[in-house]
Amino acid sequence: MTSQAMSGFWSLWISVITLGVIAFCWWLLYGNRKTDTAQAANGEVETTGHAADGIEEYDNPLPRWWFLMFVTTIVFGLCYLALYPGLGNFKGLLNWSSTGQWEDEMAHAEEFYAPIFDQYAQIDVQTLANDPDAMQVANRLYQNNCAVCHGSSARGGYGFPNLTNNSWLYGGDVETIRHTIINGRNGLMPPWVDMLGDEGVDTMSHYVLSLSGLEHDAAKVQEAAPMFQAICSSCHGSDGKGSAAMGIDSIGAPDLTANTWLYQQPGESVYDSVSYTLRHGRNGLMPAQARYLDYGVELPANLDSLTPKEKAELMPKLHLVTAYIYSLNQGK
Amino acid sequence: MSTAIEHSTYNYKVVRQFAIMTVVWGIVGMLVGVWIAAQLAWPLLNFDLPWTSFGRLRPLHTNAVIFAFGGSALFATSYYVVQRTCQVRLISDKLAAFTFWGWQLVIVLAAITLPLGLTQGKEYAELIWPIDLLIAVVWVSYAAVFIGTIYKRKTSHIYVANWFFAAFILTVAVLHIVNSMQLPTSLTHSYSIYAGATDAMVQWWYGHNAVGFFLTAGFLGMMYYFVPKQAERPVYSYRLSIVHFWALICVYMWAGPHHLHYTALPDWAQSVGMVMSLILLAPSWGGMINGMMTLSGAWHKLRTDPILRFLVVSLSFYGMSTFEGPMMSIKTVNALSHYTDWTVGHVHAGALGWVAMISIGSVYHMIPRLFGKKDMHSVDLINVHFWLSTVGTVLYITSMWVNGIMQGLMWRAVNADGTLMYTFIESVEASHPGFIVRWLGGVLWLTGMLIMAYNVYMTVSSKASEKAAAQTA
Repeated sequence: MTSQAMSGFWSLWISVITLGVIAFCWWLLYGNRKTDTAQAANGEVETTGHAADGIEEYDNPLPRWWFLMFVTTIVFGLCYLALYPGLGNFKGLLNWSSTGQWEDEMAHAEEFYAPIFDQYAQIDVQTLANDPDAMQVANRLYQNNCAVCHGSSARGGYGFPNLTNNSWLYGGDVETIRHTIINGRNGLMPPWVDMLGDEGVDTMSHYVLSLSGLEHDAAKVQEAAPMFQAICSSCHGSDGKGSAAMGIDSIGAPDLTANTWLYQQPGESVYDSVSYTLRHGRNGLMPAQARYLDYGVELPANLDSLTPKEKAELMPKLHLVTAYIYSLNQGK
Repeated sequence: MSTAIEHSTYNYKVVRQFAIMTVVWGIVGMLVGVWIAAQLAWPLLNFDLPWTSFGRLRPLHTNAVIFAFGGSALFATSYYVVQRTCQVRLISDKLAAFTFWGWQLVIVLAAITLPLGLTQGKEYAELIWPIDLLIAVVWVSYAAVFIGTIYKRKTSHIYVANWFFAAFILTVAVLHIVNSMQLPTSLTHSYSIYAGATDAMVQWWYGHNAVGFFLTAGFLGMMYYFVPKQAERPVYSYRLSIVHFWALICVYMWAGPHHLHYTALPDWAQSVGMVMSLILLAPSWGGMINGMMTLSGAWHKLRTDPILRFLVVSLSFYGMSTFEGPMMSIKTVNALSHYTDWTVGHVHAGALGWVAMISIGSVYHMIPRLFGKKDMHSVDLINVHFWLSTVGTVLYITSMWVNGIMQGLMWRAVNADGTLMYTFIESVEASHPGFIVRWLGGVLWLTGMLIMAYNVYMTVSSKASEKAAAQTA
């Protein structure tokens, strides 16, 4: 962000009123700097002579320590305004800016930490997944970037896929996982109540239950079967196993035979969850993470044609997170 | 209330009404506060209902304690003080009655709309535009009554308490009207006419001056009457009053940007906000010194007079939080404290320690005089209330200091590889004990307010000492 200069008038206006208020405070202090206490003959300090509802007022001088504290803050303020931006367009003698400070700190961090991640970029995902030190670093990245949705144990939640059960919407091979993290995903299930009608939603829900071997009404399943093949199979496949097998090109249609229900609220029956989905549709969004994990990375136009190693070098932190997600599903 | 003797000169009716409602709204506002403090410790208490969720009850709490409790206290004391120090009746009983009923209507509407989720989304200015219009009308009427009364005063001099009350009333009118400029899209929804960083700056210009003028200048007006009155001593320094009054109202106007450090607000505005916040320290302390030093020669009264204790301890908390504020406005400190519980603790050091305690002391001072009684029903219960409030405030602010500094440190801690050492949820878990201590502090406060309500009820309904009215009024 480059700060835009304001016009000369506003710059002057800000400077004048800022310094004007400070000068006013100074004048107030200077005008009331009297330090002698007027004492009456009897040793009592004199009051001002006016009383309000019986309340009188002394006219004691300003406490010296308070006077000096006031002066000190004014002097400090003026020094600060000389050194730092404050008076309109005046940049300050130190030429400091918050953007500049941020860029310096980012450059410093890059210099300090980049070599650590560059080393990991040279190692393939399968090897990293078995390296405890690498996985500890990856776990920290996961906890601060991914856990807010997928949970600190990566077992997901309502609307957020479980990343540990080797059940995938988009495929679980290394490059598909990487692709998902880089670009994000948007899984859309349209609402079908207009097409199916209330009764159709009911019978189709039973059909879906039957695919996972759950308790169902056989007559309703039979009734819904042709409709499933006509409508649902185009995304979920004629066997209901979903689109994950398409790998990187998967549209994210879930496997309906796996008894895994992404949108099941705690305590909700599978039937209720499925019929709600059929009725209203679902819209799942996983945001693209490349620019969050590897801050400031520029994705090239030919990203898809890069080799895994080139992708790892371009996005070393994302490479580690890919290995972490991969590691969670090994042996399952 | 039927026992109250109507004062021959002054309009005490409206003062009595506001004084009683100060206690009522104090209990309501603090009850909601205790509830949402409990929600932070035990989220189950949201009950999974939209109307009782933290996000809706929190603005209800802030509006109830600031504008209902604090506002009623300010109306009551300013009407009381302006009449007694100007030696005239309020210029219009009808307009004064309108401000009472209008303000109560605003509060009731707030209590309905906020749990329904109707909000403008601006902190401390959440109320939707039709209520904003009502506030503007009531507030302008308030200004007319107050300033009109000063205008026809019988004294030559305008007493210092009235300077502060007048500055508070005029500035809040300007702040409210400018920050509430909205384009309505329906009866319950509108858009701010400002955009982006400008909107944020206008909001915090309003927000910080709500603290500066509503919660500071107004209550300093209270202090300047009730402290010397209760201590029966002259104000320490007229000269100091002048210097700190003018410095305070000029400099406070500038402090808002410290709420927006390290944001999209331009650097120059952040710097000016920080510098002015630091310069604000001495003007703020001027009021504390003037109040404290007024007690010289009367310190022994603290041993026997719990009302004076409320007033004096409120000044200590005022001094503490007006030191803390400038310190937190320093950008380096703010980088640690911002967005943490430290801010919440700082606000409550001011809100409980200063605003509520001075209001309570003032109400205890006024109630017997307003209702023609010799004294409060029980001085011992005032003392119990004092200790509950003091301990409650200390529990609140210390737990929030610990939580805030811990959160700030946890959020910035990094590992050797540059990754963050703690996740956000770990900082929430670590804050849990502090949340419980803070809730306990709130429970003590609420208990104290219930004791006050009992004491006020017994005082008002007692048949004794009606004759005393003649002497005390």
